[in-house]
Amino acid sequence: MIGDRIVLTLAATAVIVVAGWAYLRLGDRALAALPHGAYRRLAPWLFAGPAVAMVLLALAVPAVITVGWSLVDDGDGGSGGFAGFANYAQTLSDEVTRVALRNTVLWVVLLPSLAVLVGLVIAVLSERVRYGALIKAALFLPIAISAVAAGVIWSFMYDYQPPGAAQTGTLNAVVTALGGEPVAWIVDTATNNYALIGATLWTQAGFAMVIFDAALRSVPGELLEAARLDGASEWAAFRHVTLPFLMPTVVVVATTMTVVALKAFDIVYVMTNGNYGTDVLSTVMYRALFTAKDNGLAGAVATILMLTVVPIMIANVRQFRRETGAA
Amino acid sequence: MATVTFDKATRIYPGTDKPAVDALDLAIEDGEFLVLVGPSGCGKSTSLRMLAGLEEVDGGAIRIGDRDVTHMPPKDRDIAMVFQNYALYPHMTVADNMGFALKIAGVSKDEIRRRVGDAAKLLDLTEYLDRKPKALSGGQRQRVAMGRAIVREPQVFLMDEPLSNLDAKLRVSTRTQIASLQRRLGITTVYVTHDQVEAMTMGDRVAVLNAGLLQQVDSPLGLYDKPSNVFVAGFIGSPAMNIATFDVKDGRATLGNADVAIPASIAAKVAEEGSDTVVLGFRPESLTPASSEETGGIPVLVDVVEELGSDAYVYGRPAGPAAEEQADRLRSDQIIARVEPRNAPQKGEKINFTVRQGSEHFFSVKTGERLEP
Repeated sequence: MIGDRIVLTLAATAVIVVAGWAYLRLGDRALAALPHGAYRRLAPWLFAGPAVAMVLLALAVPAVITVGWSLVDDGDGGSGGFAGFANYAQTLSDEVTRVALRNTVLWVVLLPSLAVLVGLVIAVLSERVRYGALIKAALFLPIAISAVAAGVIWSFMYDYQPPGAAQTGTLNAVVTALGGEPVAWIVDTATNNYALIGATLWTQAGFAMVIFDAALRSVPGELLEAARLDGASEWAAFRHVTLPFLMPTVVVVATTMTVVALKAFDIVYVMTNGNYGTDVLSTVMYRALFTAKDNGLAGAVATILMLTVVPIMIANVRQFRRETGAA
Repeated sequence: MATVTFDKATRIYPGTDKPAVDALDLAIEDGEFLVLVGPSGCGKSTSLRMLAGLEEVDGGAIRIGDRDVTHMPPKDRDIAMVFQNYALYPHMTVADNMGFALKIAGVSKDEIRRRVGDAAKLLDLTEYLDRKPKALSGGQRQRVAMGRAIVREPQVFLMDEPLSNLDAKLRVSTRTQIASLQRRLGITTVYVTHDQVEAMTMGDRVAVLNAGLLQQVDSPLGLYDKPSNVFVAGFIGSPAMNIATFDVKDGRATLGNADVAIPASIAAKVAEEGSDTVVLGFRPESLTPASSEETGGIPVLVDVVEELGSDAYVYGRPAGPAAEEQADRLRSDQIIARVEPRNAPQKGEKINFTVRQGSEHFFSVKTGERLEP
């Protein structure tokens, strides 16, 4: 049985390789036979073709279909016909969506700024202590943990027992040990959104730290020496020399984290399932799609989400271009 | 403005036994232009960085004026440094680069603008003040680095090979500009270079270092005329001095067919240290083609002739039956002689050179130290 599978895998790989080779080779031949000049114009399309096809198939086409669905009257009692912007009107007038929008904004504001702050501070400070590598490794490890597992871990961290009972949650154990009252972190609406963002931060800060760590290494030592000779204190040298040097990196990390915040789903789904006012746009979309089975409504929420991500992605790509172009 | 004193200053890099800078004693006068020169790895840059506070001092002390700065952080030393790669802040304009130290010091904006403007005028940078370093040529960047130092009006200027990234022609003109600027400002300057021509042309005095040890401090001509040991003799001067170990016998120094008369006092000193050989050095310009009736001389087989217009240099190797032994005992790669450019020999020719009387340099075989006649 397993032998069959191996043979099948090898055969499939061989077919893909041969087909790919044949595509390029024959395509190249065919283009070469064309009149002069055509080759130069068409060759890039030949080589980029498969990748363009993949992007179109896996990204662009579904996006268009999603936008299309958002205009359809679907779901329970839906006519299946054109609905205009009714789905948008419906979801935007819904209190649940409005809470989710508000929370998504909270995520988008807090997660990038905290990730930049924590990542940068740890990257800078760990350069200056003896066990810096150990600290960096500890902060980096959560990257390897799936979001669902992280959600479970932090559910334990945030666990709540009534006052007087033994606190099984790490955080409440600490709070009560210090003489405080236990807090229902993920139920209490005053804390639960921050608790979820905190858990996500734990999975993402390591990424930010690694990026900043690499960027810090690219700051020429001579520049810092020059700043010190110019009379700058350590803080002034950091603020006037290191930080401006890191600005492109800050932008990259912040936009990446913004996208993570906009896409936030798994941690919320695992820890609260959007209850207690912790919904974000993607959990609303998920329920519209799989619980209410309303493709139109889900499409509308997805489109709203997509429209908020696009400008940030454009900013990110521009920054990336500027960086690679300047080098 | 101030004096700078290295008092047995020592730097031992962690993990090494041999000091990078070994008990450096050096007193630099107020307003002086002192050049630290030596081959790479000799400790000259380390010495400069110790003075800047960028390198720790493991022993001894460093003083600027009366202040002991041995363990003072760089920011409190009132020193400006020009780095080899200029170390301009890439995100700041030329004006901001030059005014950065003043801004940190809390000088008012008007005062900064005035002083930056003055320095820019002095360095011909006025039209570039709003540019970023990236948009400047190498020479302009070098001038901005100079400007950043000048604006400070520090007690001491430090320059770490500031010309090594410029092309040959610009290097020569900038060299003169820096020297004249320093003279005009009168600020004590320590300048590091590996290029002995730079050292000779710029410094009031030149300190030669080798393997972490100070070899000699003197005026450029002093170093050239009276090198205190074999290392300085071989390092200073371009083309380099011819140096070889000669046998001493009957008031003459001989090496194979080469034969040079030596003063009786030198012969006596060689005998005194119980040796029968001496290191003899003579500069290319001290050699003259011998007329046939002279006795002695140094037979040379011409390999290459360099025609420079004003001068011509003959590069050759020892000729004669004992040529191999001679080549072994020659410290330099070849024998170099300056000759009349309009009357230069052809390659392959054999010439007998004599050393102009009184222009020889003698060094002890045992210690390498100079022997004075």
